[in-house]
Amino acid sequence: MNVVLDNLDVFGSGLWTTLKLTALSFLLALGIGVVVATARVSPAAPLRAAGLAYVETVRNTPPLVLLFLFVYGLPKTGVKYSLFISAVLVLGGYTGAFVAEALRSGISAVPIGQAEAARSLGLTFTKTLRYVVLPQAFRTVIPPLGALLSALVRNTSLAAPIGVLELTARAGQLNTTDPNPVWIYLAAAAAYMVVTLPLGAVTRLVERRVAVAR
Amino acid sequence: MSLAPQASAPPASTSQPLIVLDKVCKSFGSHEVLHDIDLTVDRGEVVVVIGPSGSGKSTLCRCINRMEVASSGSITLDGVPLPQEGRALARLRAQVGMVFQSFNLFSHRNVLDNVTLAPIKVRGIPRKQAEATARELLDRVGIGDKADQLPAQLSGGQQQRAAIARALAMEPKVMLFDEPTSALDPEMINEVLDVMRELAASGMTMVVVTHEMGFARTVANRVVFMDGGRIVETAPPEEFFANPKSERARDFLGKVLSH
Repeated sequence: MNVVLDNLDVFGSGLWTTLKLTALSFLLALGIGVVVATARVSPAAPLRAAGLAYVETVRNTPPLVLLFLFVYGLPKTGVKYSLFISAVLVLGGYTGAFVAEALRSGISAVPIGQAEAARSLGLTFTKTLRYVVLPQAFRTVIPPLGALLSALVRNTSLAAPIGVLELTARAGQLNTTDPNPVWIYLAAAAAYMVVTLPLGAVTRLVERRVAVAR
Repeated sequence: MSLAPQASAPPASTSQPLIVLDKVCKSFGSHEVLHDIDLTVDRGEVVVVIGPSGSGKSTLCRCINRMEVASSGSITLDGVPLPQEGRALARLRAQVGMVFQSFNLFSHRNVLDNVTLAPIKVRGIPRKQAEATARELLDRVGIGDKADQLPAQLSGGQQQRAAIARALAMEPKVMLFDEPTSALDPEMINEVLDVMRELAASGMTMVVVTHEMGFARTVANRVVFMDGGRIVETAPPEEFFANPKSERARDFLGKVLSH
C-alpha cells in the first residue's frame, strides 16, 4: 500500500501522459473517422474502395503489431517520429477506423429525405454531408463514440511496450525498483477506472443534450 | 402580396420554354416507370400532374432536377441540358425549388436556419441579409412566429410552409411540388394549398404532383394525366375535368370525384 501512497506523483505523471495520449489520439481518430466515413459513402467508387481498404486493414490487425511496425519498421524507410507522436498516430489511426464505421452507421440512420432536401437546394455532396447529414449522424452515434473513447483510454496502455511513459509503463517502472505487483497494478487499474467510469455518465448526458427530435 | 419577388423580374427569354422533357424513359431495374415522356413547361405556367399511385408522376417530377436520373431521353432547363452529378448539377438545382411529401426540413436546425442554410452556404449571401429575407418569407407563408422553433415543434402544415419558404429563399426559376399535401391532416391541407395558390398567382412557374383535384381545377394552366408511366392526356383543367378524352382518365375521375 505504501508503495502506492509514496509514489502518487509517479502515478500522477503517468496518468497525465495517458490523458494527453487519449485526447490527442481521439481528436485524430475523429478527424480520420470523418474523412474515412465520407469516403465510404462517396459517389466515387475509388474513394469508397480506399475507405473500405483502410477500415478492413486496421480492423484485422492487432494494434500492438501496428505500433511495433510504426516504431521499429518505419524508421528503416527514413521516417522517424518521437515515441509519443508515434503512439498518437497509431492509436488515432486505429480508433479512427472504428469511428468511421460508427459514423457510417449514423449516416445511414439519417433519413434519406434530409440529404435529398439539401441536394435539391444546390448543396454539393460535401456540403450536404457537412451541414446536414454529419451533424445529425454524430448525434445518433454518441453512445458508440463514448464506448470507443473508453476503449481508447484503456488501449493507450499499448504504448507502454514501445517506451511511452504513460500510466502502465510508470507502474511497470515502479514495480522494477520496488516490486509490489499487487498494489502497484491494482492502483494502476483503479486509475484507469477513475477516467473511464464517468465516461458512461458523460456520454448519456451528451446524448440527451444533443438528441435530434423528429 | 408576392411570394416570389424574383418572378416580377423579366425572364431572360420569354419565347423559349423553361422545361423541356424529350422522350424521357426511366426504369428501376426491369420495371419501367416512365415511358417516352414528352412535356414542355412554359415560364409562369402551372402544370399539375395527376394520376393513380404508381403512375410515375412523382418520378417524373424528381427527374426534372435529377433527383432521379432518366434512363434515356433528354431534359433541358432554361435551354441547358441537365448536367451529370457534380458541381454543375448542384448549381442548376439551386435554381429549382423542390417541396417534398414528407417536408424534409433539417431536423437539427430551427426553422430560420432551415431557410438560410442554402442562401448562405450555396449563394454566399451574408447571414444578416439571408436572415432578413428568410423572416420576410416566413411571414409571407404565415409562420413568422415559428422562426426559432425546431421542425419537430411545428404541425405538418407549418412544416410544409416552412419547406416552401426554404425553397423560395433560393429565388428559384421553377418550383417542383411532389405531393406536398399527401402527408398532411385534412385540416392542414388548405393552409399549404393557399400558399401555393398565391405563389402561382405571383407568376411562379410550377410543376405540381398532387391528388388535390380542386387545386388542379382552379390553379392549373394545364393538367397532365399519367397512367402506367405514360402521359395519357394533357389539357386545360376546364376541358380535362369536364370532358376527359381518354377512357382511363374518365375512369380515374369517376373514382376520385364521385364522393
